[in-house]
Amino acid sequence: MIRFSNVSKRYPGGHEALSDVSFHLAPGEMAFLTGHSGAGKSTLLKLMALIERPSAGQVIVNSQNLAKVSRRKIPFHRRNIGIIFQDHRLLFDRTVFDNVALPLVIAGYSRDEIGRRVRAALDKVGLLRKEKVYPITLSGGEQQRVGIARAVINKPPILLADEPTGNLDPELSREIMGIFEEFNRVGVTVLIASHDLVLIEQMKHRMLTLDQGRMVVGGEG
Amino acid sequence: MERNRTIREQQEGGNRSGARVRRQGVGGWLSNYFARHLQTLFYALGQLSLKPFSTLMTVAVIGIALAMPTGLHVLLKNVQQVLSGWDGAAQLSLFLQQETRESDALTLADRLRGQQGIASVDYISREQAMSEFQRLSGFGEALSALEDNPLPPVLVVHPTLDQQGPERLNALREKLAAEPVVEIAQLDMQWVKRLYALMDIGKRGVWVLAAMFALGVLLVVGNTIRLAIQNRRDEIVIIKLIGGTDTFIRRPFLYTGFWYGLLGGLIAFTLIELALWFLSGPVNNLASLYSSEFRLTNIDLITVAALLSGGTLLGLFGSWLAVGRHLRAIEPT
Repeated sequence: MIRFSNVSKRYPGGHEALSDVSFHLAPGEMAFLTGHSGAGKSTLLKLMALIERPSAGQVIVNSQNLAKVSRRKIPFHRRNIGIIFQDHRLLFDRTVFDNVALPLVIAGYSRDEIGRRVRAALDKVGLLRKEKVYPITLSGGEQQRVGIARAVINKPPILLADEPTGNLDPELSREIMGIFEEFNRVGVTVLIASHDLVLIEQMKHRMLTLDQGRMVVGGEG
Repeated sequence: MERNRTIREQQEGGNRSGARVRRQGVGGWLSNYFARHLQTLFYALGQLSLKPFSTLMTVAVIGIALAMPTGLHVLLKNVQQVLSGWDGAAQLSLFLQQETRESDALTLADRLRGQQGIASVDYISREQAMSEFQRLSGFGEALSALEDNPLPPVLVVHPTLDQQGPERLNALREKLAAEPVVEIAQLDMQWVKRLYALMDIGKRGVWVLAAMFALGVLLVVGNTIRLAIQNRRDEIVIIKLIGGTDTFIRRPFLYTGFWYGLLGGLIAFTLIELALWFLSGPVNNLASLYSSEFRLTNIDLITVAALLSGGTLLGLFGSWLAVGRHLRAIEPT
């Protein structure tokens, strides 16, 4: 589902964020991406979402070689990936419903279909009763769940999360991770970047560890 | 476990309904497409109404800019109408031969009065011409030194209204020039021609003004949209991250420009109507002093249509320019 082959990323100025990273994630697999801050976790996720392009090597996501995805095709590639951000990235001038509906609006679904799917997704993350409120009135954990609902509304085969529990207390973190496991159980490939080692060691999933841009655990070659 | 089941059902249910969406066919897709555009159109209007004061400021600037050339155009139309009334004042001066007797001149005048195409004929004798010339030219003293009166008798012929138009007037002039006692037949249209030349300058002026103010409208809309794009930078980044195409992101901004243009056009229309209303009293007063039936002509439908569609197109084009320049620069990092 996700394959990195000898991927390096060097930023202008010479800083090498990733060097010679290779790994493979099978369809339906769930894995954690760990490492110190600055180890290259975010860069790796950005390469998959085509926010950045690699300096060398090949990235294949959903059997698509990302080097062949032109600028115009990037939006359609991103629709196959649900991305969850540490800072939630919600639109604060729109209700919870409108935030979650946004990917469907972008993809041009009909109004009925949108209403049905948004309520199902909000039900899934336990926020059905909050659909009319604005995100600013929600707690950090609730905002993150809105972000998750938005990421999964399109039924993407892949979920990427960048420090999804970064600002949450341990109990809320476990709850959020539980939601990811539920998606994984229905076949979604999940990759979560996190440095919350205590939590992820309890969860018995595959670990990919980056250290100064090199994959020291869980990689290939 | 129960929640897990709802997730699975939702996942599968979604796929099923996805197939249903595809089965709707082209008709369904098309109506959905228009529904989305309509929704964005009114979403853009809603966004503008959230900031009524700044929207009004922008729209008023556009309105004033559009009202300038349109107002001048309406004014010229009115002047043209006044002129078309004055066309009737075109006259022919028949300079008779010096030795023509007064009785012969009067006989000719009488004969001409009976002819078709001639409304009236005035006779100016040599003496009248002389005294008028003395009075108006300022050469009074010098002229009285002359032994003979050098001026010929003149018949001033006023053609009827249906004889207007340069060709007909010229034909009439040639016919009258053929009269034996007529030395020279002269058509006094010089001043009408000059006025028309002035009008032509005015019409060009409308275009020059229109071009300049159109550029102004483009810049105002472009700058406003640029600010709107900068204010919504975060939103644009998020939409790009979750798969929004450039077209999708561009759409609300284009519709915002559309509304700016259309509302600006409506304000321009209102301003012109107000100005006409404000001027109509004094103009009617002046017209009645000239015992004229002239009334200010209102802005015509074609001009209104051109004003509104022109404003709308300028708004769209201005925002299109701004969006093209600034949207590409915003990418998620």
